[in-house]
Amino acid sequence: MSTPQDPNVREQPAVAATGSNRETILSTKGLTKKFGGLTAVDNVDFSVDEGELRCLIGPNGAGKSTLLELITGQLTPTDGEIYFDGTDLGELEPHERMDAGISVKFQSPHIYESLTVEQNLHVPLQRTSRDIEPVMERTLDRIALTEKADEPASDLSHGEKQRLEIGMAITLDPKFMILDEPVAGMSIDETGDIADLIQSLHDDGMTFLVVEHDMEFVRKISERVTVLSQGSILEQGPIEEIENDEQVRRIYLGENA
Amino acid sequence: MTELSLPSRFDGIAEKLNGPNTLGNSRAFWIAFAVGMFVMVAYPFARGSYAAGQTSLFLVYGLLALSLSLIWGYTGILSFGQVAFFGIAGYTYAIVSLNLGGVFGQTVALPIAIAVSTLSAFVLGYFMFYGGVQNVYVAILTLVVTLVLETFMAQTAGSEWAVGSVKLGGFNGIPGIRNFALGVEGASISLSGSGFYWFVLALLLGAYLGGRALVNSKYGYALVAIREDAERTAMFGYNVKRVKLAIFTFSGALAGLSGVLYSTWGNYMDPSVFTITFATIPIVWVTLGGRESLLGAIVGTIIIERLRLWFSVNASEFAIVFVGVILMTVVLVLPRGILPGIRQIYLFLNENGPRAAVDHGQTVIKARIREALQTVGIDASDPDTPSSSEVVRE
Repeated sequence: MSTPQDPNVREQPAVAATGSNRETILSTKGLTKKFGGLTAVDNVDFSVDEGELRCLIGPNGAGKSTLLELITGQLTPTDGEIYFDGTDLGELEPHERMDAGISVKFQSPHIYESLTVEQNLHVPLQRTSRDIEPVMERTLDRIALTEKADEPASDLSHGEKQRLEIGMAITLDPKFMILDEPVAGMSIDETGDIADLIQSLHDDGMTFLVVEHDMEFVRKISERVTVLSQGSILEQGPIEEIENDEQVRRIYLGENA
Repeated sequence: MTELSLPSRFDGIAEKLNGPNTLGNSRAFWIAFAVGMFVMVAYPFARGSYAAGQTSLFLVYGLLALSLSLIWGYTGILSFGQVAFFGIAGYTYAIVSLNLGGVFGQTVALPIAIAVSTLSAFVLGYFMFYGGVQNVYVAILTLVVTLVLETFMAQTAGSEWAVGSVKLGGFNGIPGIRNFALGVEGASISLSGSGFYWFVLALLLGAYLGGRALVNSKYGYALVAIREDAERTAMFGYNVKRVKLAIFTFSGALAGLSGVLYSTWGNYMDPSVFTITFATIPIVWVTLGGRESLLGAIVGTIIIERLRLWFSVNASEFAIVFVGVILMTVVLVLPRGILPGIRQIYLFLNENGPRAAVDHGQTVIKARIREALQTVGIDASDPDTPSSSEVVRE
């Protein structure tokens, strides 16, 4: 279902392991965002299949965050369309897109600093669950913050804040989960925990779109990777292939290596 | 059966009133609250009807403060417009009740006045929140609206400015508004002195308990979440604009009720309610008492107004200066306000004992004063203030 822009992009079977034909859950057509003279996202045709765990990588300024913000509705596109689960997102406000089944964890932790951990989780939970208690317990357990449930969120470490926000985002029980740099600034142990968390949610059928710089992490979790550069899709495919691609190495990975 | 169901019903009520978004949820709090209420109810017996009548103004202002606490303390929208809705309701009540005349006119004027202030809040709120006005610009816009109303009402001295038989009267305002009354001719009650005091006290108690139920409900969580991070909250699927509009409208209604009571208390209505001084005073009440506490807002109002009265009798024109000094001191020592401050001290004492508390208090106060001297600007860098952190975010 993906629409390759670049002839070099090879169509990959979604996941060979399950062998099922998966439906496209999110797709963009000719998506463009200009900020004055700068084209941050340039005529992008991009799609994610249901149940997929897609990573989005690219150098700084490649348009990753802009693309995410176009999907969440924080930004309105200059041109092009976004379809999610069969509906055109164009006219929908951000909160309506969340109702449609999208959820997002922002790049820097956006949590309610003055509330306790439990109260933080309460905010998204009260919208989705009638019986809050069991879901609360399960979520706290999943993000390993049970012992800090009554502590103010401002007292948490950076990694714990990241985990809390991921926890809040998943309590919406979304079909499509956007994670913008979920392991930025985390220790190796914490990164491993987040990878496990994402993996287990993915195993339960949640679709992910993850922006991440940490290639170790990307290698660990992702099936397919999309490389953005200067607002366009440079390359798309399985991680091994991407990492060995000359062009990608030169533009992106080379910098970090 | 009744014996069993009664306590459980009380539990249910208590559950609605208590919660993480109000400061006093303990048994001790409710006992203290009951004692306080008893004193308030008994006040007219001790001091007489005239004093009670004078004091009822503070309770009227308490409703206004409550409306500000809801939108500023809980939702993070700093509004100077509460006095605008207060004044609009007061003027409307005057115009309608005097035109229709009699106790029936007054009875009809009450819902009309509140409806007009509610509608005004809705219209202003709609254009602000759906127009994308945010943060400090809400404060500016609401202040401008208030000042425009002042300018407009002040120039209505001419006889051409009349609604029906009621002249708007410019600076002199509308005199002759009668004491609060409800009913129809022959079967009515008119309230003044102690009666008016108890009536306003009951309204204030109802508004306070209602406010508690509101902020501890699902809706209250949404309000607090919007205060803390509106963008994050929208990304949990909350319709932030609609929630803001709803609470702004509700606060407008509450301010309107306060304005009606004010006009019947003083028996007149003039443009001074739209001045910058009066627009700022609710901010002072709420800051002093504790922005994030409904009771704090009321307590702050009563303290400030009592002091203003005392100072204006004993120190005339310096009254506002003294009040300013008190406000500065409180903000330095207890930046979150009196009631949250008392609660913090109480919790600290319980945990660490009095000796440690005194030491801790000293270091904290010293640090605060040093901080304040360093930053010459007024509380611009105080991270505790939602309004200022909003500005920073902006």
